[in-house]
Amino acid sequence: MSFSRFPDGGLIDRSQVFTFSFDGRSFTGHAGDTLASALLANGVSLMGRSFKYHRPRGLVSGGASEPNALVTVGAGGHREPNLRASMVTLRDGLKAESQNRWPSLGFDLGAVNSALTPFIGAGFYYKTFMWPAALWESLYEPLIRKAAGLGRASHAPDPQVYEKRWAHCDLLVIGAGPAGLMAALAAARTGARVILCDENAAFGGRLLHDRVEIGDADGPGFAAAAISELGSLDRVQLLPATTVFGTYDSGVYGAVERRDGAASGPAQRVWRIVARRAVLAAGAEERPLVFGGNDRPGTMTASAMRGLANAQAIRPGDHVAVFSTGPSGHETARDLIARGLEVTLVDARTEISAAELSASEGARVLKGHVVADTLGSKSVTGIEAVDRATGKRSRIKVDALAMAGGWNPVVHLACQRGDRPVWDAGSGMFLPPASRDGLAAVGSAAGILDLAGCLRSGTAAGEDAAAALGFTPVTAKLPAAREACGGSTGFTTLWHVGEARGKAFVDFQNDVAVSDLGLAVREGYGHVELAKRYTTTGMATDQGKLSNVNAIGILAEQRGLTPDQVGTTTFRPFYTPVSIGALAGEHRGSHYRPVRRSPLDGWARKHGAVFIEAGHWMRPSHFPRDGEAGWKEACDRETLAVRAGVGISDASTLGKIDLSGKDAARFLDRVYTGKMSTLAVGKARYGLMLREDGMVMDDGTVSRLGESHYLITTTTGAAGEAMAHLEFCAQALWPDLDVRLVSVTDQWAQITVAGPASRDVLGRIVDADLSEEAMPFMAAREVTLHSGLAARLFRISFSGELAFELAVPARQGEAVADAIMQAGAPFGITPYGLEALNVLRIEKGFITHAEIDGRVTPGDLGLGKMVSAKKDDFIGRAMLGREGLQDPDRLQLVGLRPVNPAHRILAGGHLLEPGAVPAMANDQGHVSSACWSPHLNSTIALAMVRRGRSRHGEILTVWDPLRGIETRAIVGDPLFLGASAIKAPPRRGLAPVIPARAPGLRLPDLPAVSGIELALCPEAPVLLLSAPVGLDAAVRAAAPAGDGILRPVQPGQALAVGRPGESADALAARLDGPAGASLCELTDARLRLELSGARAGDLISTQSAIDLDDEGFGPGASAPTLFGHVPVQLTRLDAASFEVMVFSTYAGDLVESLIRAIRRL
Amino acid sequence: MASLIPCPHCGLRPKEEFSIRGDAAPVRPRPDAPFDAWDAYVHLRDNVRGVMHEHWQHVGGCRRWLVVERDTFTHAVHAVTDAADFTRAQGAPTGGGGASAASGTRTGKGRAKR
Repeated sequence: MSFSRFPDGGLIDRSQVFTFSFDGRSFTGHAGDTLASALLANGVSLMGRSFKYHRPRGLVSGGASEPNALVTVGAGGHREPNLRASMVTLRDGLKAESQNRWPSLGFDLGAVNSALTPFIGAGFYYKTFMWPAALWESLYEPLIRKAAGLGRASHAPDPQVYEKRWAHCDLLVIGAGPAGLMAALAAARTGARVILCDENAAFGGRLLHDRVEIGDADGPGFAAAAISELGSLDRVQLLPATTVFGTYDSGVYGAVERRDGAASGPAQRVWRIVARRAVLAAGAEERPLVFGGNDRPGTMTASAMRGLANAQAIRPGDHVAVFSTGPSGHETARDLIARGLEVTLVDARTEISAAELSASEGARVLKGHVVADTLGSKSVTGIEAVDRATGKRSRIKVDALAMAGGWNPVVHLACQRGDRPVWDAGSGMFLPPASRDGLAAVGSAAGILDLAGCLRSGTAAGEDAAAALGFTPVTAKLPAAREACGGSTGFTTLWHVGEARGKAFVDFQNDVAVSDLGLAVREGYGHVELAKRYTTTGMATDQGKLSNVNAIGILAEQRGLTPDQVGTTTFRPFYTPVSIGALAGEHRGSHYRPVRRSPLDGWARKHGAVFIEAGHWMRPSHFPRDGEAGWKEACDRETLAVRAGVGISDASTLGKIDLSGKDAARFLDRVYTGKMSTLAVGKARYGLMLREDGMVMDDGTVSRLGESHYLITTTTGAAGEAMAHLEFCAQALWPDLDVRLVSVTDQWAQITVAGPASRDVLGRIVDADLSEEAMPFMAAREVTLHSGLAARLFRISFSGELAFELAVPARQGEAVADAIMQAGAPFGITPYGLEALNVLRIEKGFITHAEIDGRVTPGDLGLGKMVSAKKDDFIGRAMLGREGLQDPDRLQLVGLRPVNPAHRILAGGHLLEPGAVPAMANDQGHVSSACWSPHLNSTIALAMVRRGRSRHGEILTVWDPLRGIETRAIVGDPLFLGASAIKAPPRRGLAPVIPARAPGLRLPDLPAVSGIELALCPEAPVLLLSAPVGLDAAVRAAAPAGDGILRPVQPGQALAVGRPGESADALAARLDGPAGASLCELTDARLRLELSGARAGDLISTQSAIDLDDEGFGPGASAPTLFGHVPVQLTRLDAASFEVMVFSTYAGDLVESLIRAIRRL
Repeated sequence: MASLIPCPHCGLRPKEEFSIRGDAAPVRPRPDAPFDAWDAYVHLRDNVRGVMHEHWQHVGGCRRWLVVERDTFTHAVHAVTDAADFTRAQGAPTGGGGASAASGTRTGKGRAKR
């Protein structure tokens, strides 16, 4: 007789029938089943094949530790391998497949390995597949991998969505068995914030599996009452089907919530739980016994068989043998006998307590006997028992076999931060280490094996945690608990059965037998960590949850030591496997990192830009026109148009930093190589910033806008690094300099208009005299457009042509660019992208980070004159004086042209003297940038060459073995193109062009999800008020308390938000900051979103780690935080309404990610 | 998964909000300091197993530079101070001098201790 279902009883809902399939066969089950219980109910006890020998395997532990019943669920991109059938909640339509078998589970050719068992023990692979080494990767590994294995991963993209969420609590309770429920109740009753997690879909732990009584209630009844009380408390969060998989620093716990079959929301959710205290109530695993053929399907732990019978009404057969060393076997016998089954109890002990014998009354009890071997092939049909007193063997026909070898407390989460479990010889268990960092183990996880003790220890831990956090305990009387045998305390340790003749498995998942451990000891791999690697015991998906303690016991026996002398292997997250998709959350594919869009993005799209990623930015690479074959044609056209007439491009991505404070000039002198303090108001200067080691960090311009007001520009790529560096200098190096730094990159759309006609074009836009006299090279002016819009104009050129950069508030950028296009139409104005920009600058020998690669000094770049000799200090000055950095033999910037203009040079090639052998010793330098110059009809390149400046005219070989190119090239000046010969005659009399006002902002269509609304805040001015750090109190007092104007950013800095429709000036007038405070307008640099509704907090917790429930974040609270992966200022407007103020160039990305998050809710 | 750092200005935040620079103990030498002092400042670092002071910036938050007193072995964070206060407490030159020295200081330790 095989496994089946009792006609009645259990916690399943027989009125709900689910149809599912396993290996293509269709079965039915009920609500309340796991895949494993439903298979057993249908008589399927063979669920998998073992890893190495392909032995038939069935369910063993029936829980999280299940080593055998691994299945693949789903198909295509939804396919998930190696799921434990015991942890898969049954649902209608579920499709599961067995693994590691071919052609079928019943008939597996790989099982031939089983016949070879004597030859393929531990270390077989290491010893056998040694030579020839050439076959390691080509033959041996593929063969071994094919023969030995688990499920296959799906290679299709995963269409499921995943979510990550932060949670905060006073007490995290891990495990909702009797101890966990009591801990959660005890703490929650005091008003503490409690999160209760259990890896199973139903709370209750053994209360659902064992026939116990607490007060007047049975186990499920007591659990239901506790859950109902917890559910009624609003500071309690219940997370079923949620496995806490890791204990991390600072009281952070990782957990994964499985939402199999959920109608909406993510497939899985990873929780990061910040817990002030935690209670580990993870229970204990029943220890399997190690005897011959202990892996035959139909053999499982006694608690698994009992739980299946009680909770899912699984009938293991007519006659069941229970092999026991303690009370658990007698408890299982009791429950099976009560169901009318015949039970033979094989008990290794000669003395058995009266309580146990009374519980198992009706069973045939064989005292002092052991099960030496099992009989049968694909399932157990009998056992061979041995009377240890006489050595007599007897065969008994049985349908199933239960093993009760004692208990292993689930100590993992208490040991993941480096502590080891402690061996308790008295009880024969490894117990959790002493409580650390607020994590305390309770109940059977702490080795307490009776129900009353579990209830008591859970209650005490919950009360202690609450009291330690300042909550007042609420004492409640504990009801009396009654259970079989008075609890599971007092088992005898039996590491393995010496009388076994068949293979006795220690680690089921990895096919490690007692003999393998013996071999490991004999061959010198007896240390627990070595034995693990040598035999693979404790590896793979179950990480030895069932096997490790037995393996330690057997190693101890073999080596003549005690288990504590052998010790345990290292515990690390994850407790159970977690899918990569869940860990990645929403940040995958194109959402792996944020996308930053320039304010001129819409303008560039209109003109057909092809975009290229540059850091977070998407920048126009070129603007192809109809009939152009590729990027190069577009690039050549754009390049020629700039030098011949006029071009327009987007410079908004350059880093822009507003610098103010009375020590601003001194500060600039210390961070730039040049003397910036002499710069006149209204002028800009090119500057180099060094690292402290003397190497160039970044280049850019500094414009003096006022007496102590500057604008710094950095390169696009180094903007973040430069800002952090300047902040470091201001805050950590010279905190007593009065300087304030504000990133204004997002505030301004910056438009480059370059080419001989640029002045004529801009003259139609800007209401100012742009003549050479009024607006000379390197002038920096605040100007007004013909529309009245305030703007900034810089006469700066990165193309070597007459050029201007016009900065306008970001939201007006597209309209102004449109107006410039219109104004430039008579001049044939041409949008140009990064490719043309690159050609234009190489033709003039201008550098970028291709040259500033972290290894160059100003002198190397030919910019030695930019290093002031008059200053006694600036960053990098001391180290720049090093002998090595002044060596005339250093690489220096030169220009390169191929001897044959048609030949190519590509960046990355190395330079050699003609005929020299390619070797480091002969290396003369490398090519940093290269392009095709349509003006010179030749490839041109910039290169760093040894003594380069003294070698103009020399011919070198550009050696590029990676791309198979060798080119002879002439060294020369990096300036390829002299001053432009084209002097366009000025065109006068063209009418001014007035840019339109940008339309109001609009959000894309939003999904309608109840409880959450996303809207734009009404447009209002935003100013950053900043003062020296010491004046923080005055900054915070700049607006009346409680009026919602100020959002503090950092000491001395606060964002001020005005009324809808108010002007920035009007807002400024209302602010009463300290004397000398600076105001920087950021209206266009920020987008303000409002998130409101009952679920706004849930949504925010998927994006930010801020504890919204904290009293510290009530209405009016405001703080800067990372939101998803972009920085924002988060402000609570009222109880269920939040303002998210985001950098405007990240706003599009944030809105998209919020829409995705809302859809997931 | 996470480590938390108590920012003295923003409260407890995950380490993803921060970037680390390294040892905060070296003091930037005076401009006329001997070469060896500069060499040590730029190039020499102890690789401590245990408690050290490190510069971290709260880039995802207030953007202040902080000094985190952290155990490099256990990751336990013992204290966090604003870098400006740390520099002043080191007795290092703070850039002011003469009339331009800022007046007030702020301990910034409000929420530093856990």
